[in-house]
Amino acid sequence: MLDRMNKKIDNIAFGLLSPTEIRKMSVTSIITPDTYGEDGFPIDMGLMDARLGVMEPSLRCKTCGRRVSECPGHFGHIDMAMPVIHVGYTKILKDLLSGTCRKCNMMLLTKEEISNPKGKKAIIKTASSKSICPHCGEEQRPIILDKPTTFREGGQRLTPVEIRQRLEQISDEDLTHFGIDPKATRPEWMVLTVLPVPPVAVRPSITLETGERSEDDLTHKLADILRINRRLRENRDVGAPQLIVEDLWDLLQYHITTYLDNQAPGIPPARHRSGRQLKTLAQRLRGKEGRFRSNLSGKRVDYSARTVITPDPNISINEVGIPIDAAKILTVSNAVNEYNMEMLKEIVRNGPNDHPGANYIVRPDGARLKISEKNKEQLAERLAQGFTVERHLIDGDIVIFNRQPSLHRMSMMAHRVKVLPYHTFRLNLTVCPPYNADFDGDEMNLHVPQSAEAIAEAKILMMVQENIISPRFGGPVIGCLHDQISGAYLLTRGEVYFDLEECSTMLGDMGYRGKLPEPKIIDGKKCLSGKELFSLLLPEDLNMEFKASICNNCKECKKENCDIDAYVMIKDGKLMHGTIDEKAIGVFKGALIDKITRDYGKDAGREFLDTVSKLIVSAIMIRGFGIGLDDYDILEETSAQIEGLLTESEERLQEVVRAYKSNELEPLPGRTILETLEMDAMKILGRARDRAGEITGEELGLDNTAVIMASSGARGSPLNLTQMAAIVGQQAVRGERISRGYHGRTLSHFKKDDLGSKAKGFVRASFKEGMNLTEYFFHSMGGREGLVDTAVRTSHSGYLQRRLINAMIDLSVDQDLSVKDSAGNIIQFRYGEDGIDPTKGKTDWEGKIDEILAHVTGG
Amino acid sequence: MAMSENQDLDLGGVGVESKKGSIRSISSLPGIGEHRAEVLYNAGFRTVDDVIKASVDELQDLGIPNEIATSLGRRSLGEKELSDLLVGYRLPQNLRVLLIEKIRNIEISEMELKRAIDELLALYKQITVDPNEPVGTVAAQSMGEPGTQMTMRTFHYAGVAETSVTLGLPRLIEIMDARTEPSTPLMTIYLKEGYDQNLEFAKKLAIEISTTKLLDLCEMRVDLEGKSMILEVDERALESRRVTGEELVDKLSSQKNCEVNDMGETIVISPIEKNYRQLQKLFFSIKDMRVKGTPEIKRAIVRRERGEYVIITEGSNLAPVLELEGVDASRSTTNDIYEIPKVLGIEATRNAIIRETVSTLEEQHLDVDVRHVMLIADLMTKDGGLKAIGRHGISGEKASLLARAAFEITVNHLLDGAMRGEVDHLDGVVENIITGQPIAVGTGKVSLTMKWSD
Repeated sequence: MLDRMNKKIDNIAFGLLSPTEIRKMSVTSIITPDTYGEDGFPIDMGLMDARLGVMEPSLRCKTCGRRVSECPGHFGHIDMAMPVIHVGYTKILKDLLSGTCRKCNMMLLTKEEISNPKGKKAIIKTASSKSICPHCGEEQRPIILDKPTTFREGGQRLTPVEIRQRLEQISDEDLTHFGIDPKATRPEWMVLTVLPVPPVAVRPSITLETGERSEDDLTHKLADILRINRRLRENRDVGAPQLIVEDLWDLLQYHITTYLDNQAPGIPPARHRSGRQLKTLAQRLRGKEGRFRSNLSGKRVDYSARTVITPDPNISINEVGIPIDAAKILTVSNAVNEYNMEMLKEIVRNGPNDHPGANYIVRPDGARLKISEKNKEQLAERLAQGFTVERHLIDGDIVIFNRQPSLHRMSMMAHRVKVLPYHTFRLNLTVCPPYNADFDGDEMNLHVPQSAEAIAEAKILMMVQENIISPRFGGPVIGCLHDQISGAYLLTRGEVYFDLEECSTMLGDMGYRGKLPEPKIIDGKKCLSGKELFSLLLPEDLNMEFKASICNNCKECKKENCDIDAYVMIKDGKLMHGTIDEKAIGVFKGALIDKITRDYGKDAGREFLDTVSKLIVSAIMIRGFGIGLDDYDILEETSAQIEGLLTESEERLQEVVRAYKSNELEPLPGRTILETLEMDAMKILGRARDRAGEITGEELGLDNTAVIMASSGARGSPLNLTQMAAIVGQQAVRGERISRGYHGRTLSHFKKDDLGSKAKGFVRASFKEGMNLTEYFFHSMGGREGLVDTAVRTSHSGYLQRRLINAMIDLSVDQDLSVKDSAGNIIQFRYGEDGIDPTKGKTDWEGKIDEILAHVTGG
Repeated sequence: MAMSENQDLDLGGVGVESKKGSIRSISSLPGIGEHRAEVLYNAGFRTVDDVIKASVDELQDLGIPNEIATSLGRRSLGEKELSDLLVGYRLPQNLRVLLIEKIRNIEISEMELKRAIDELLALYKQITVDPNEPVGTVAAQSMGEPGTQMTMRTFHYAGVAETSVTLGLPRLIEIMDARTEPSTPLMTIYLKEGYDQNLEFAKKLAIEISTTKLLDLCEMRVDLEGKSMILEVDERALESRRVTGEELVDKLSSQKNCEVNDMGETIVISPIEKNYRQLQKLFFSIKDMRVKGTPEIKRAIVRRERGEYVIITEGSNLAPVLELEGVDASRSTTNDIYEIPKVLGIEATRNAIIRETVSTLEEQHLDVDVRHVMLIADLMTKDGGLKAIGRHGISGEKASLLARAAFEITVNHLLDGAMRGEVDHLDGVVENIITGQPIAVGTGKVSLTMKWSD
């Protein structure tokens, strides 16, 4: 029972309130729909009766004598003139009425039928279908529920009074067969004779600027109920005609129904004077903005901040830059002890306005004293053991940083504080991928853990370096991106030399302290190669071999003799061959980050990422890297070649179209000939663009910056290149050529039934040349589809994730490595069949076993 | 090597003491007394390590009895013996298999094997999950997070142009929903050995199982005057669908209340009661008549995959197909997750969920560890039936009222819960978030109490 130690609530039992209970907990009966008197004070036995609790800070509650902040509020009650049905229970009421005898009120079942193994639903169904009572032989009449709350028995209306009388007679034992727990609930309580009135705190009135009071929707509804209730009572007491009484009774039923649920099917919702639907009890609980999802499953917290984020490549990946103004508001509480007394005194002496200061001190008796410019010296002197100081955030404090949508646990990571000037949160570029952050105006949240346990937990489990490896696929989610990868490429590809001045700039930027390799003399200058520089930050005993991202996947790998330096070989911490690019240090793929984090520890991984990003950013700044229009110029012969290629493809297409029109096209199995034609067209035109891409790719060569970016994995793809330099290609909507628009044609620029390339959205121009009018239009159509797709996708996948989380949230690994839910049901006997944690265990088992066997049998 | 060298060094200088020490340590081995230890020492064995690295023959030559020598020395262990030796170790199956694979080809003594296992276990322990790890949430996030990166395009042509399959996010949602009818049901039918290279057979089978409607075989005209329908039989279609004329007539004759006249090129079919009402009734009943094939299977295509012929069908109806001659029931499968528990059982369903999910993710080039998928599949099939992820499945059946109310259909859950007199014991995560208490997962599941000692 250890895990229950710090729980205050052990369980919550649900049930219905009986009329006696409602009266017992009520502090007053409410009889008048009025709220405040002319003096501005609440009217006695009115809806705002001061015994229900008060809302003004100056008043005291008449029941408990406490003020607004302490008084929880007290219930009142309304005695109903006539009983009324609770809308939420009409379904079970129908089951009860049709399942019990109208005369003897026994369940319409024989003993044998009650023990039906098929379950409660089946039992209720057989009971309802009986036409003669097996106990007293009374003939039963069908019960019809007229939504929302009218019951008819064989065409005759049953009043709530009659219903209540019948329900009272049902025995406790029979109730259990209907799924009702008689200890918690009697069915007659589902027909209301007394209505609880919630305390004022539940339905506070708001005072507008004009001084006018505006009441809560619930108060309005309760006023309606009271008004009708009074009229009904008066009319009944003076013996008004049955018809009038019944009408008023129905009206009361309507008001109670909408008071409970204003969206109950079958009735028009109650509206405010302005036409707005009232938000009554059920609406308060229901849905995304309801009490449950918005206030109970998610809560607002103190000690948090939110602002725009901006990049800072000079702070570590596990740091976060916090604007000094925020640091002065966010606090951490420190208990005063003999070791930190002097430091805390100094901090208190700084007051609330100078940075490493404090905002409050808490006396041992729990009183919170606000530090001000006036009393700061005095409070500093009074500081003694047992006090707590709420001090400003300072460098090195642990905070939790978060960006929505929080799709995975890496969306909330702990960082160390770095207090900085200006007004934005600063974060290192390499931690953008797990947060999915960029700097186009993104905002992020920050939370300051307060207790020692929370801080320790954040530090041990949530720090950035603990999350480099993702549990999703066991690879790094933190790594270099964009220009950092281009930088690494420029630094390490082939033999690039930097003179000592450049080297010291770079090494200074990365904060390197240590020996340098022996420089080479090139052009009379002492130089180091980029590979040597990069090797400086590799662990000394690191050995690795892998193919870089620029690798062409030749049939036979030449390994270290690769023509394009794509085979990475690291021997004893020296980069011997190969180019460092996305495969080595990129997000999701970086083999080097993966290896270092796993084998040399998470801190080594963090350190590596920090230094490597600084080194390569420095390198790209020295080397220079730009892109311009003329990077996409292609030779005239090349464009003529592409032109020829396209003309040829278009002719081929025309050929197919001709075959189609003359009905000679052989359809693919299971397709119509039109579908076959479209498939052929897509194929022919797609191939044409691919070919054009190959031709331009060959011409632009590996020195082109766009090619560098695409092949090293920094940004962009060969397709982007093709589209910019050569041809944009076929535009598609729903995976097909554009086909809709006017009758028989896509746009009025074309002839009817034109099935050629241009009329169906083939864009022959390149982005650089610019598109013509129709091409531009088709391109926009394709683009729009993409936008719609993204919008739809986010909502669908968001809902899928919500469902998944809700279904699986209680599953955790037990001490014996089985997976159990919160009720203790076993879901898996051993987690993932082998009990291996995906973040830890992406091990090459074959190699490891060989190693172990060699170790054991060797010698 | 390193270890024994060290020990040699330690013992080296001490002379007589070292001999005694060696003998003592060697005699700690099972079945080795001081006498045998001395024999071994004289033969050059200095340490326990030396002894267990010797071969069985060597030891036997020194007069160690066969039985003891076998248990001490190196030899090649049989598979049976190996698995016997591994009994009792908490190694997962995949490692066990790998280890047996590796050891089968080398000579190893039992002691060495034990040491190897111990080292492997130590390594395994390092990478096992931590108890109390919230694996459920991690799995849910690992599945949900890549959802944003998936395509919505419902139709995609897989491989050949003939078949279309739902892929990407819609397919993933479909699997998690355990939907009764997938939008593109599809079977993959493998053939038994001996049939799998026979294209003719595969094609024949494909035609056998795919539905042939009456209108696929003939043109139909309605003769209002004669109150009959005239079917013009397409001989080519008959041949390609492998239906004989007699079969067709037989099939038609099995219709109720009608008479069939085979006129050679045409078949005339008319209702027994000659009136328009009956004619219309008959028209509708034979219009969609299935002449041949398995219900639900709209089309079947033969493809060559990994060196064998495979039949892919549009539409799924596993049970009858598995009975057919030549069909390899152990490999043939469907993508209709709802159909599998009925035909193949719940374990197969679990595997199918894993397979379908993994292939959907793979097709989108998304890397998700199988363990997450396994957990979801195990949860969906935990009590022998297939349950959806969502309010009609797992979430709707949770024990906790608060957890259900917080998910969907809040008000109804609260009303019903009150009626039933439910008690929420606040065991799960959601309930404790609602009540503002520590949750029973991860670090919230353990607590420390200080042990006071004076």
